[in-house]
Amino acid sequence: MIPSLGKDLLGLERLSGDQIKLILDTAEPFKEISERAIKKVPTLRGATIVNLFFEASTRTRVSFEFAEKRLSADTVNVAASGSSVSKGETLVDTARNLEAMRIDMVVIRHGASGAAQFLADRIESNVINAGDGTHEHPTQGLLDLLTLRDHFGRLDGIKVCIVGDVMHSRVARSNIWGLTKMGADVGVCGPRSLLPNAIDEMGVKVFNRVEEAIEWADALNILRLQFERMTAGYIPSQREYNRVFGISRERLDRAKRDILILHPGPMNRGVEIDSDVADGPFSVILEQVTNGVAVRMAVLYLLSGGKPELAESAKRGGGER
Amino acid sequence: MAAPPKQTTILDARAFDRTLRRMADEIVELNNGTEGLVIVGIQRRGVQLAARIVSSITEREKFDVAQGALDITLYRDDLQTVGPRPVVGQTQIPVDIDGQHVVIVDDVLYTGRTIRAALDELADFGRPRRIALAVLIDRGGRELPIQPDIVGKRVSAEPTQRVDVMVEDLDGRDAAVIAEREVAT
Repeated sequence: MIPSLGKDLLGLERLSGDQIKLILDTAEPFKEISERAIKKVPTLRGATIVNLFFEASTRTRVSFEFAEKRLSADTVNVAASGSSVSKGETLVDTARNLEAMRIDMVVIRHGASGAAQFLADRIESNVINAGDGTHEHPTQGLLDLLTLRDHFGRLDGIKVCIVGDVMHSRVARSNIWGLTKMGADVGVCGPRSLLPNAIDEMGVKVFNRVEEAIEWADALNILRLQFERMTAGYIPSQREYNRVFGISRERLDRAKRDILILHPGPMNRGVEIDSDVADGPFSVILEQVTNGVAVRMAVLYLLSGGKPELAESAKRGGGER
Repeated sequence: MAAPPKQTTILDARAFDRTLRRMADEIVELNNGTEGLVIVGIQRRGVQLAARIVSSITEREKFDVAQGALDITLYRDDLQTVGPRPVVGQTQIPVDIDGQHVVIVDDVLYTGRTIRAALDELADFGRPRRIALAVLIDRGGRELPIQPDIVGKRVSAEPTQRVDVMVEDLDGRDAAVIAEREVAT
């Protein structure tokens, strides 16, 4: 019996190791579809999906849209600017109106932590969190896990250090939950002012110097400084940050072994990551983007079966054809 | 506890092997040789059977025949009603099938719905000159106008019965059996 994901994907904190493994395993065969001449399967034919984006996004929105279209779903994009949201409509009213037009799934990105959960509790459609405030970005966490698993052949026992603005990063939180559930060792490294106070309680190692992190890690997941979420001056300057925490070729060379380089994007070259690292031989940054489509197809596919009344008919019908 | 369901063997290991070799010969005959032949197995047991047929052809004809695997899960017509999502297997079509002679290989032909899905999926990979169907067991009971070109063995099974094919690689032995369906309690 395969584990079910339930109705929504809100974060990796709530998933079990088995559920995470199910998503990663399901993503494997989906990679092949994007390599075909006709990149489309009829699986979600007739399903309507709304991408509700209250925050700017290129990569994630386009990736979800490709995933949806390659599964033959009908998709509608709603951005906060230019919609009724800018006229003062609440999140729930927006979603309920969309639901009145008979939709099946909502992919939501929102600046408030917990927005996806709030919506999931109030509508019947499947809800997928595409990033809520500083809380979680589960599909990014999953695609990072898939990329790491592709390279190391496993997640159990590998050492991954997240470097940079951990405090404002939902990607960091999804990575920490996902990696620790799959048995990886997780470290974080950054200016003390950009690490959350309770970070030790998440079961991670804290490195104050980036040289120590490089010495320890098999892979680095490098994060951008999220100035748009910073409410005060957390670092003296970008140049100063680059000098102390920036990942450069020179710093990596001192480790005398290969370290895999991940970055969720968008990159600020010359700040948290130097160009010769981003474009270097150990960078898997573009593989992450490719894997993102496969992971999102897997999530859409698995959630589309999450209607409890269907489980009953499955038991009666059996699987034999 | 229900009593173990009654089971009848349709093919034992030796008959199984002999049948596959005969099917391999018939495939080569149907194609007038091995030129342009692509053998595609349907996940899961069809893939094993396809591999056996290919090795039989290679042995007899001294020619490497192209081989692929098709997982039809994403093309099923009952996905809206089956509940929890079925596991998706790997599809792998390593050659261009345009203008080729594709032979679909599956273990049991029943309603024909799997083959309908396979035909739709193959069409997304190209336009073969011809597609043929080879099945180890044809148990009857079609729900769609689909018929096989090459059959290992025909049996007439009731809807209350199930036909199972077992292969060495996955099940530890080669056999085809027919049994009463276990009644869900």
